[in-house]
Amino acid sequence: MSHVLNRTAAPAASATTGGRRRRLGQKAGRQHHGGPLTYALLVFAAVVSLFPLYWNLVAASHTGERVVQAPSPLLPGRELFNNLSIAWNQVDMGEALINTTIVAGAVATSTVLFATLAGFAFAKLRFKGRNVLLAIVVATMTVPPQLSVIPLYQLITEFGWVNQLQSVILPSLVAAFGVFFMRQYLLEALPVELIEAARMDGAHSLRIIWHVVFPIARPAMAVLGMLIFVQAWNDFFWPFIALTPDGAPTLQVALAGLGSGNHTVNHAIVLTGAFIATVPLLLVFALLGKHIVGGITSGAVKS
Amino acid sequence: MATSLQPDKGAAVIDAPSGAPRDPGHRDPSGWRSRLYRIDLKATPYVYVAPFFLVFAAFGLFPLLYTGWLSLQKVELGGEAEWRGLDNYSRLVESDFFWNALANTFTIGVISTVPQLLMALGLAHLLNYRIRGRGFYRVAILAPYATSIAAAALVFAQLFNTDYGMINQLLGYVGIDPVNWETEKWPAQIAISTIVTWRWTGYNALIYLAAMQAVPNDLYEAAALDGASRFRQFISITIPSIKPTILFTIVVSTIGATQLFGEPLIFGGSLGIGGGSGNQYQTLSLLMYEKGWVTGALGQASAIAWVMLLLLLAIGLVQRLLSRSNAQKKNGAARS
Repeated sequence: MSHVLNRTAAPAASATTGGRRRRLGQKAGRQHHGGPLTYALLVFAAVVSLFPLYWNLVAASHTGERVVQAPSPLLPGRELFNNLSIAWNQVDMGEALINTTIVAGAVATSTVLFATLAGFAFAKLRFKGRNVLLAIVVATMTVPPQLSVIPLYQLITEFGWVNQLQSVILPSLVAAFGVFFMRQYLLEALPVELIEAARMDGAHSLRIIWHVVFPIARPAMAVLGMLIFVQAWNDFFWPFIALTPDGAPTLQVALAGLGSGNHTVNHAIVLTGAFIATVPLLLVFALLGKHIVGGITSGAVKS
Repeated sequence: MATSLQPDKGAAVIDAPSGAPRDPGHRDPSGWRSRLYRIDLKATPYVYVAPFFLVFAAFGLFPLLYTGWLSLQKVELGGEAEWRGLDNYSRLVESDFFWNALANTFTIGVISTVPQLLMALGLAHLLNYRIRGRGFYRVAILAPYATSIAAAALVFAQLFNTDYGMINQLLGYVGIDPVNWETEKWPAQIAISTIVTWRWTGYNALIYLAAMQAVPNDLYEAAALDGASRFRQFISITIPSIKPTILFTIVVSTIGATQLFGEPLIFGGSLGIGGGSGNQYQTLSLLMYEKGWVTGALGQASAIAWVMLLLLLAIGLVQRLLSRSNAQKKNGAARS
């Protein structure tokens, strides 16, 4: 998978840095070995990156009183399972976890499907208005969600969709980032001859999609699926408006509800909630981190 | 012969209008098929891109325009709209809350973006060396990106707690008095910016790293022959070579900073929507949410949303002018 992903790095780099550097040696610029200072700084960066996550686990394994005591706990305590069961049952993090899985799964599946079709059309098919439409796709990436939430909220109130998961799924069915990502990949990875040969054999468009495009796009589809899943899992602004902590919250909405409780709140339980929301994604990253890193650097787009 | 000509004739009629060349040896009922085939060829690209544009029209463009229309009304949720012209905008201009939120959005944006991108550049440079365990460092610095805004803000709110937080404990060890990270303006803005910086530095570093690895090696070799130090090489080869990527990350981070919402909201706990007890870290997005969902003034909230859009357009324009004047400077230098 990774060798295929390396190929996407070329078009992405040329898209963001100009075509002249296309396909130059991957190892360029890495000629020097890192010295002790390099390692010291990298270890420091890794510690700073990981420590808040580790401390989240530590805090989730102590009592609420211990978490707010002055030398902060630095080693895991014994309350983790107790806290987990309180968070799971009393604060309904279990339901939130299920809701989030449904939302992120639906959004990732549909985005990958639609983005692959559109990305294929933009990369390999000729049609009138292609360049203008592609420019529009890219431009839409800069429009913040703040500009659409007020009418959308009126709409879902009218439909009675507040606290219904479809109100957060439908607006995210396909994203410009995904279309652009798949286009960049297919531009390089899919030879036109393959499509032409399939056409010669009389294959209609659906067959070409199924037997030519999907098999070749599969690695990029997997990476895009993971990226979109992470994004949908962590999405905050619109879910915070469309769902409420006591209704059908996603994990993020439930966490916001936990955090805004009054000062008598049990901080160990709050951080156990944060732990529940974070662990599934960290597991995905630990298992598939390499591919996600490859996907991010090839897409080079944050949205 | 006659029977074999029959289908061909039919096919000719169907084909005639478009005048596409036809294979005379092909005796199938190929007329319909080739016509279908051409429709298939012409229409499918539009079918493939249609879902994106339908979703964007319904959930992006239409709401954007409708927000603009609402910004000219006095309207409450479920209530009738009442035309007010530019009233909402002139009220914003006269409101201290608006200018406060605008200033906060700007300062938090600067404090969270500038150090973040500089550190990302440095990190990318380090990762570009030949190092052992590179895979580990990459995944480690990307872990914050996998953490949600809500979870990160909740953890950092504890770390930054004035009374028992670990950061004040650490400061205590080096003899610094406890900082009031929640109620004082600049400390609070720094704390919120820290959450943003923590989540995005590794991500940007990996983007820079990808760009750095595409810089041709011979540029470095030539510079080394000229006796340029490694630092010199970084300044005069690496940075100029990845400049388009740097510009790209600046644009993306600026867009993100303009919409900042979740971090201050959750960091502030029960005071989050107001951006702290004295609105000391209320951003434009928080003010918009407060107007729309706490006060119930959707027209005013819409006006704030459109101000954000105008801001983004202005930023885009400035960025465009800057990169153009940069290009001109380069040309001028080359000519002289």
